[in-house]
Amino acid sequence: MSDPFLVVEDLTVKFPTEDGLVNAVTDLSYTVEQGKTLGIVGESGSGKSVSSMAVLGLHDMRTARITGSIKVGGQEVVGLGESKLRKLRGKEVAMIFQDALAALHPFYKVGSQLAEAYLVHHPKASKREARRKAIEMLDRVGIPQPDRRVDDFPHQFSGGMRQRAMIAMGLINDPKLLIADEPTTALDVTVQAQILDLLQDLQREFNSAVIIITHDLGVIAEMADDILVMYGGRGVEKGPAKEVLTRPQMPYTWGLLSSVPDVHGDTASKLVPIPGNPPSLLDPPTGCAFHPRCAHVDKVPGNKCVTELPPLTAGPTGAGHLNRCHLADPVGVFENEVLPVIAPELLEES
Amino acid sequence: MTDVNHPPHDPENPAVTEGEELSASNEEQKLTFAQLAQTGHAPTELDPDAEPVLSVDNLKMYFPVKSSGLVRRTIGHVQAVDGISFQVPRGGSLGLVGESGCGKSTTGRLITRLYTPTGGSMQFGEKKQDIARMSNRELKPLRRDVQMIFQDPYTSLNPRHTVGAIVGAPLEVHNVVPKNKVLPRVQELLEVVGLNPEHYNRYPNEFSGGQRQRIGIARALTLNPKLLVADEPVSALDVSIQAQVINLLQDLQQEFDIAFLFIAHDLAVVRHFCPEVAVMYLGKIVEIADRESIYNHAHHPYTQALLSAVPDIKQAGQGRRERIRLEGDVPSPINPPSGCRFRTRCPLAQEICAKVEPPLLQIGPRHKVACHFAGEIGRHPATPVTSGLLGVDRQGSPDPAVTPQPVGTNPGYDKQWFDLDSQQMVSA
Repeated sequence: MSDPFLVVEDLTVKFPTEDGLVNAVTDLSYTVEQGKTLGIVGESGSGKSVSSMAVLGLHDMRTARITGSIKVGGQEVVGLGESKLRKLRGKEVAMIFQDALAALHPFYKVGSQLAEAYLVHHPKASKREARRKAIEMLDRVGIPQPDRRVDDFPHQFSGGMRQRAMIAMGLINDPKLLIADEPTTALDVTVQAQILDLLQDLQREFNSAVIIITHDLGVIAEMADDILVMYGGRGVEKGPAKEVLTRPQMPYTWGLLSSVPDVHGDTASKLVPIPGNPPSLLDPPTGCAFHPRCAHVDKVPGNKCVTELPPLTAGPTGAGHLNRCHLADPVGVFENEVLPVIAPELLEES
Repeated sequence: MTDVNHPPHDPENPAVTEGEELSASNEEQKLTFAQLAQTGHAPTELDPDAEPVLSVDNLKMYFPVKSSGLVRRTIGHVQAVDGISFQVPRGGSLGLVGESGCGKSTTGRLITRLYTPTGGSMQFGEKKQDIARMSNRELKPLRRDVQMIFQDPYTSLNPRHTVGAIVGAPLEVHNVVPKNKVLPRVQELLEVVGLNPEHYNRYPNEFSGGQRQRIGIARALTLNPKLLVADEPVSALDVSIQAQVINLLQDLQQEFDIAFLFIAHDLAVVRHFCPEVAVMYLGKIVEIADRESIYNHAHHPYTQALLSAVPDIKQAGQGRRERIRLEGDVPSPINPPSGCRFRTRCPLAQEICAKVEPPLLQIGPRHKVACHFAGEIGRHPATPVTSGLLGVDRQGSPDPAVTPQPVGTNPGYDKQWFDLDSQQMVSA
C-alpha cells in the first residue's frame, strides 16, 4: 500500500460573519490514496464543499480561519503562499464544479479556456501545441468532432457536454488528485450515467485519486471505495463503501438511507424522514451535533449525547469503519430496529 | 385539524399519543425510533375504479420561434408538447417523468392554464368541462380546483409578503371567506402542513428550504383544490427534508382526497409517490402504466434506459453496473426526427421507425407503450408488432393487403388490449 496522496488532519475552517463565527468545518481528518475514490456525503451546510475547497487553498486567507494540516503529495497546503498554490492548482489537484455553465467563462471559446489551463503549467509550450492538447482532451472525454467544437462557446454546448469540457479542463495537466463537487447533480440520469462512466474510465487510465462530493447515495455507492459522511461540519462516519452503506453505524447515516426511496428496491419499504432541520453552524448543538434530530438518544445512559461530543472511533466491526456515536451496539440497533422498517426485503434474503 | 406527523389515517398507531406529536410548535418533544417509524409511509396504492378528475386528450403546445431583426417572422415552432393523452384519477396520482426539455413542466403549466394550449382538450371535474378553450373569466371559478406547487421554494414566495399574506391571498382573490375569517383559516393551514400557526407574521426568509416548501403547499391547499400540479416539489430540498415533504403530501392527499399530477425527474421519488407513471420523451408520452409495469416490466427502450441509468445503493463496493448506454443528446424539439422521436438514440431502431410514428398502444390492462418493437428488456421482437394494426409492412411502407385499425385514441384504458405474445386483441 502506497502512502496516501492526500492527508487531511484536524482541519478546522471558520468564517467570521456579522452574526458570529461560522464553524464550517471542525476537526476533519481523512486520507485518499492514488487510484482510489473517496465519497463525501452530506447535506448543504455540512462542510463538504468548504473542506475540499481548502485542499486547493481557495478560501480567502484574510477572512477564513483555517487550522490543521492538509498535505498534498507531502506538501503542506495550509498557509502556503499564493504563487506556490498556483503551481499546485490544476497540476497536482484539479476541481470539477457542479454548475459547468457558471464555471466556464461565457466570453471565451471552450478551446481557449482549455488551452489556458495547459499553458499555465507548461509556459514553454506554444499556442498551437496547447490547442492540439485541448482537442486531444475534448476527444478523450467523448465530445464529437473535437477539432470543430474546440472553437465553440460554452453556451453552444449542451449540459452534459459542458460537464465533459470541465472534466477535460480538470484533467489536461494530468493531476494526481481530482475533486468532483456534485459533478452530476444538475444533469439528467442518462447523462449522469455517461459522466460517471467517463470519470471512472479516466481514473483508471490516469490512476489519479478522486474525491467525489455528493448528496446522492446511489452515485456514492457506484463510484466510491471509501465513504466519509459529514454532518454539522464534522466527519461522523467513515469506512469502506460497502460497510458504510450496508452496515452503517451512525443514526444520521441510517436517516439518510431511510429517507431516500430506492428505484431498484422493494416497493413496500417505508420512507422514514429525519425530523427537524440541519443544525446552524453559528451555534452548533452541544454534545453530538445530531442529537436534536436523533431518535436513539434515549438508548445512551446519562444524557451523554447532549453533554459530550462522541469521538470518531472504530466501531464494533473493526478499525476500518469509524463512527461518531455514543451507542454501545450500533450494528445491533440498525439490524434489529432500523432495517426491518426501511428494507424488510433484505432481512428475508439473509 | 390533526398534526401531519401523526397521520390521521393510521389507526394502528397507538405509540404516538396526544402531546407526543412532533410539530414546529413543540420541537423539543422527541420521538423514539419506533414512533418515528410509524410516521414513515409506504408507497400509495392504486384505486383502479376511481373516476378520472382530469382527462387530457391529444394536448399540444407549440411555441413560435421568431427570427431576429425588425420584422420578427415566425420561422418555426418548438413542439414542446405534441399530442399527449392521459387521465388522472380522482384522489390518485399520476407521475410524469422524463429528462429536461421533454415537455413535462409545460404539461403542468397547460393544465393550470398558465399557457393556452395550441390544440387538444382537457376535461376537468365531474361536469367534464373542457378547460383548454375557456376564457380567463370562465376559468376563474375552476382555478380554485387546480392549484400548483413549485420547484424552488426560494423564488416562488414573495420575499416582501408575510406568510399570512401569501397563504391568505387565494382566499381574498376568490372572495371565499369574510375578511375576519382569513387569519383563522391561514393558521389552520399552517398547522396542517406542520408549521407553527403563530408564525403567520413572519417573512419567507426566516424559514428554511423545507419550511418554505411547506408554505408553498399551504398556499396551494388554501382553496381545497381537487387537483394539485406538483412540479418537482422536492428536488430543491436536502435529502433528509425530501422525505418529510413527500410524507406530508401523502398525508394531505389521503386526508383531503386530492389528485396529484406529480412532475419529477427523480424516478425513485415518483415510484414512491405515484401508483401510475407516464414517461415523456421530446413532447410525447412513450410509455404510461401502473407502477409495477413501468418499473418491473418496462416495454419501451427509453424507459428501460432511464431505469438502468439510475445509480443503485445496493451496488456499493462492486463498481458500476452494466447499463443501457444512450449515445448523444436529445434532438431539438424545433425539428424533431420523423416517425418515432426516440429513433436517433434507440438501439432497436429500424427502417419503419423513421417512416411511421408508433401509436400509444395498450398492451395490458393498465399499460400503454409507443414502440414498434415493444418488449421487455432483452426480449424485444425482431419484427414490428404494430405493422398489422397500422396497415404497413415491416419496413413501414403502406401495405394495401392490411386494413389499418384505430389505436391509441382513448386517454384512459380500454377493456380490450393488444396482447404482444398472441398478436391479437384480448380482454380481461
